[in-house]
Amino acid sequence: MEAVAEKNSFQVNSRGYYGTFGGAFIPEMLFPNVEELRENYLSILSDPGFQKEYDDLLRHYVGRPTPLYRANRLSEKYKTNIFLKREDLCHTGAHKVNNTIGQILLAKRLGKQRVVAETGAGQHGVATATVCALMNIECIVYMGELDIKRQAPNVARMKMLGAEVRPATCGSKTLKDATNEAMRHWINNPVDTHYIIGSVVGPHPYPDMVARFQSVISEEMRWQLKEQTGKETPDYVVACVGGGSNAAGAFYHFLDEETVKLVAVEAAGLGIDSGHSAATTALGRPGVLHGSRTILMQTEDGQVTEPFSISAGLDYPGIGPQHAHLFASGRGTFLSATDQEAVEAAFELTRLEGIIPALESSHALAVLGRLGAGEDENVILNLSGRGDKDMATYMKYIG
Amino acid sequence: MNRITSLFKTAAESDNDGLLNVYFTAGFPKLDDTITVLTALQDGGADLVEIGMPYSDPVADGETIQHSNDVALENGMSVRILFEQLQGMRDTITVPVLLMGYINPVLQFGIEAFCKKCAEVGVDGLILPDMPMDVYETEYKPLFDAYGILNIFLVTPQTSEKRIRQIDEVGEGFIYTVSSASVTGSQSGVSTNMESYFERLNDMQLKNPRLIGFGIKDHATFSKASQYAAGAIIGSAFIRVLMESNDLVNDIKTFVSEVKNKPLTTVEA
Repeated sequence: MEAVAEKNSFQVNSRGYYGTFGGAFIPEMLFPNVEELRENYLSILSDPGFQKEYDDLLRHYVGRPTPLYRANRLSEKYKTNIFLKREDLCHTGAHKVNNTIGQILLAKRLGKQRVVAETGAGQHGVATATVCALMNIECIVYMGELDIKRQAPNVARMKMLGAEVRPATCGSKTLKDATNEAMRHWINNPVDTHYIIGSVVGPHPYPDMVARFQSVISEEMRWQLKEQTGKETPDYVVACVGGGSNAAGAFYHFLDEETVKLVAVEAAGLGIDSGHSAATTALGRPGVLHGSRTILMQTEDGQVTEPFSISAGLDYPGIGPQHAHLFASGRGTFLSATDQEAVEAAFELTRLEGIIPALESSHALAVLGRLGAGEDENVILNLSGRGDKDMATYMKYIG
Repeated sequence: MNRITSLFKTAAESDNDGLLNVYFTAGFPKLDDTITVLTALQDGGADLVEIGMPYSDPVADGETIQHSNDVALENGMSVRILFEQLQGMRDTITVPVLLMGYINPVLQFGIEAFCKKCAEVGVDGLILPDMPMDVYETEYKPLFDAYGILNIFLVTPQTSEKRIRQIDEVGEGFIYTVSSASVTGSQSGVSTNMESYFERLNDMQLKNPRLIGFGIKDHATFSKASQYAAGAIIGSAFIRVLMESNDLVNDIKTFVSEVKNKPLTTVEA
């Protein structure tokens, strides 16, 4: 949350770019909305009153700080020291709520009466509906028609929380299309509505704003690791990347420390070359998606292609512009895990540690054996969410 | 002189009922309909034509134009194919032609290659709603200028006066005046709110002429909008004509002549 951005070379610059990525590639109809945010977000975020309200809610409502847990049996298996950052223990079951709490407080200060959001698996939708209930603000969530069918429990949660869930019926009827519909809704309602984007994607200042709200993850990691090991920085930070909000939060306070290896894990689906994958850096090229210049999966003609992953939260054809910069500059190491590897990793964690992870987080777990981490090294893995929502998928693998 | 500039110059010096710009999606309803539709629009009396380059994620467009984009992409339309189709159009097409689309396909084609192709086939201007003004100014404008391609910017009722002035400074050809806060095809008619916004723009004495778009669908809305600007733009309403048509050429000519309220024979004479 503190203002470290400007001095940090991997952070956004004053024009809204991370290297050559980022910016605000938006139609004029969205310009006033985005400009209002850009002009106000830093001053609101640094306001002591805002910070107190945000910190109090994170502590007493979300349940922060979340534990940093040394996973002994997992460490034994991989012959290194593995710490799990337990974002799965956040209220609503994932890190998403860190961002929605921040954005709802911001929306209130901007005098907005309604919130619109997109959701894929429904985790961000639930986190948004939750804070809207808390703050008594009208909530509309766009969700792909296909995802509505695939993620019935989260649709029910959103409805119980009082949100209106609207199906995105165009295109592939998944997250990308839900994002398009949420943007159209914002175009049609520019004055009274705030759009809570769920990841570090979208036009500047969204990627930076969301990363700041998620940066509490790495802020806690530092003092928690020091408390347990005497060292403030780990050798590896590992996180899954769809759009990349949990990874952005986990990397945030380590970006400038070259000794910390930042490992981002994308969803390879059925395999990178299978034609059914969401491994954006492996398959994509630079271009513009949802308002920022980033790396995205696309045809030669520049049409956005459909990603594929067992995990709805990683089923996105792009990554946030900061991640694109980490990839292009070599600061980040980008790996991928297939559907099968992720499911196996989920079962491994469950049987070794008694923790059922979300399918998204399982992709990060799946690369533990590939890191080459030594016996004396420390690995922090961001366990971004819990697996309750994925039980139907996991049950298919129980013989 | 660029065809767009000279059209507006001539119109400003003569008595007219407003310039009509019609939008359609390339490769819709069928892949090879692009030139057929373009020609029929010119024959029907359209003063300029805006050809949409279909895109998978057209966030500024409503359902009707999204649908035409989806169909065109399914038909196999691409930037490359569009330029092939437009090759030689200047043998018969005399009206100014603009390409409208989203920036990603243009970036993938290459900005310079794209401008060069536009100049080659006789495209006069571009409308790329998600191209930021600062990026255009610092990176692309020299290329647009070198190939004689005009870049058309949009303003909306929420655009600040300061930004309208900037747009008027950087933009060329005309200013695309979005009538209300909305995606395409979701509005109809011209309300009192809009009239005061149009009058506000009139009072600003901008150097660029304006065309009003969004919500224009027939002669009444066209002529109303034309009272406040150099003319108006029809998009979704025309796509609906194409969707329902069994006789493209005649239906297009009839629609355009009705919007302009000019009998076809007069137009063709």
